[in-house]
Amino acid sequence: MNNVQKNRLKDQIFKFWGIFCTLIGLVLLVVFIGNILIDGISRIDWDFIMDLPSRKAEKSGIYTALMGSIWVLLLTALIAFPVGVAAGIYLEEYAKKNRLAGLLEINISNLAGVPSIIYGLLGLEVFVRMMKLGPSVLAGSLTLSLLILPIIIVATREAIKAVPSSIKDASYALGASKWQTIWHQILPASSGGILTGVILALSRAIGETAPLIVVGALAYVPFAPQNPMDEFSILPIQIFNWISRPQAGFIENAAAAIIILLLITFVMNGIAVYFRNKWQKKLK
Amino acid sequence: MRKVKELIIQKSLFLSALITIAITVGIILVLSIEAVRFFSEVSIVDFFTDTQWTPLFTDKHYGILALLSGTLLTSFIAISVALPIGLSISIYLSEYAPKSFRKTIKPLLELLAAVPTVVYGFFALVVVTPFLQQFIPNLSGFNSLSAGIVMGIMIIPFVSSLSEDALYAVPRSLREASYGMGATKLQTAFKVIIPAASSGIIVSIILAISRAIGETMIVAIAAGQQPRFTLDPTVPVETITAYIVQVSLGDVQHGSIEYRTIFAAGITLFVFTFLLNTLSYRIRKKFQEKYE
Repeated sequence: MNNVQKNRLKDQIFKFWGIFCTLIGLVLLVVFIGNILIDGISRIDWDFIMDLPSRKAEKSGIYTALMGSIWVLLLTALIAFPVGVAAGIYLEEYAKKNRLAGLLEINISNLAGVPSIIYGLLGLEVFVRMMKLGPSVLAGSLTLSLLILPIIIVATREAIKAVPSSIKDASYALGASKWQTIWHQILPASSGGILTGVILALSRAIGETAPLIVVGALAYVPFAPQNPMDEFSILPIQIFNWISRPQAGFIENAAAAIIILLLITFVMNGIAVYFRNKWQKKLK
Repeated sequence: MRKVKELIIQKSLFLSALITIAITVGIILVLSIEAVRFFSEVSIVDFFTDTQWTPLFTDKHYGILALLSGTLLTSFIAISVALPIGLSISIYLSEYAPKSFRKTIKPLLELLAAVPTVVYGFFALVVVTPFLQQFIPNLSGFNSLSAGIVMGIMIIPFVSSLSEDALYAVPRSLREASYGMGATKLQTAFKVIIPAASSGIIVSIILAISRAIGETMIVAIAAGQQPRFTLDPTVPVETITAYIVQVSLGDVQHGSIEYRTIFAAGITLFVFTFLLNTLSYRIRKKFQEKYE
């Protein structure tokens, strides 16, 4: 075999190695999820979703944890959405290229890389202790809002950047002010991209476990939260709690709860991808 | 009137942007204040040299090395999995794969990072550890090996996605020139494209390391909760993040030394990830200038 043939062979081998690597992660994910489905699918019924937690595995349900997760998700969206989009608009449309803008930019990029558990420590001291909110739904939601703020800001900026400048110029030419241009032209044109970013950020929030454990969310609460000051649990913490128990029944419960959690995560991701595709077509 | 309204809007948008600065300042203040109180009771020399971490026992030791070794060990295993696979994926997708395949597979790979980490923890404990025990009989039920491997699978998209962007951004002309000299795709990739995109690839690796160091639930579930100064991947260890979770789940009095340990551990973690993130930001800025 001469050199040319050897190089071509190496090229071919790498190509198959590349395909193998691309698929291996996904194949493992499918194997994992298949395993979970086998373990947990038979446990899921209406009672499992509506039952309160219990010491007996077969009587336990996810009602309180699921309601806690929904409460946290809604409050987090309510807090993080306006603040994140506002900050994104400021940075993209108003900020001048000065030192402050540079600092804001480095800072946001850094915040996106801070481990989620550190946000938990921040929430514990500031919201739970200093603001005396206690280990409440509100304290947890505020903590998660800070966590997903950088993601929403970055997504908002990208979406605004993608709006053609001709739209902006036309609006100014008709005598619109800066805010009128943003509110009536830029935001509607970028809404699909912003929405995608927000949904992805929220799907990250619903799977977050560590920061809420640190803030003091409980593994066991007898009732679903009724208002933002109530104590709460969330689905991932309930799963974590069940995994840590030795009895086999709880592993089955954990698998069943994971199926519900994955379902929520994947549906949210699916919706986000749908909006992104629709929006990208519209932009073109 | 309109001008006043515009000004008010601009100011409130500006305040929203300032919140991000407040978060960073808040994190640094909270961690430092509690850590300073911690170090008024525990010698900083012991903190960095003692190899035992037993704040919850009667015989108390505060050696962060025991937690740090667990953190670095699991992260190292994760990167050993994610780096070769992630890089191969990025080279394949950018240099070999048909465009349509690339377009469908990228969002699917991102799905790996979208799965909640508590779910990965379950995989590591319930699926991967029993599977590995067939080959490594003395593998403990909690170990850094399976936690690290599963974490590696999770961070594959962090490596592959950013590296692929960097490879794909290399100007077409460089490829053409290399093909024109008779090089294969493989030779072009390794001798021309990768060196040209090296800064982007390095950024992706640094961010993946930073992500692995800060990862919590996988290690809290599958790596055990026994601080141990070891490099043995088959025994239970505890990471910094898992320790914070362990203390948070327990009943620890606010203001006690046990309470402060989580902030001392937290600031160690924060410093590590902060340095890595800053480094990657610097490299990225330099890289952008080169192409624009």
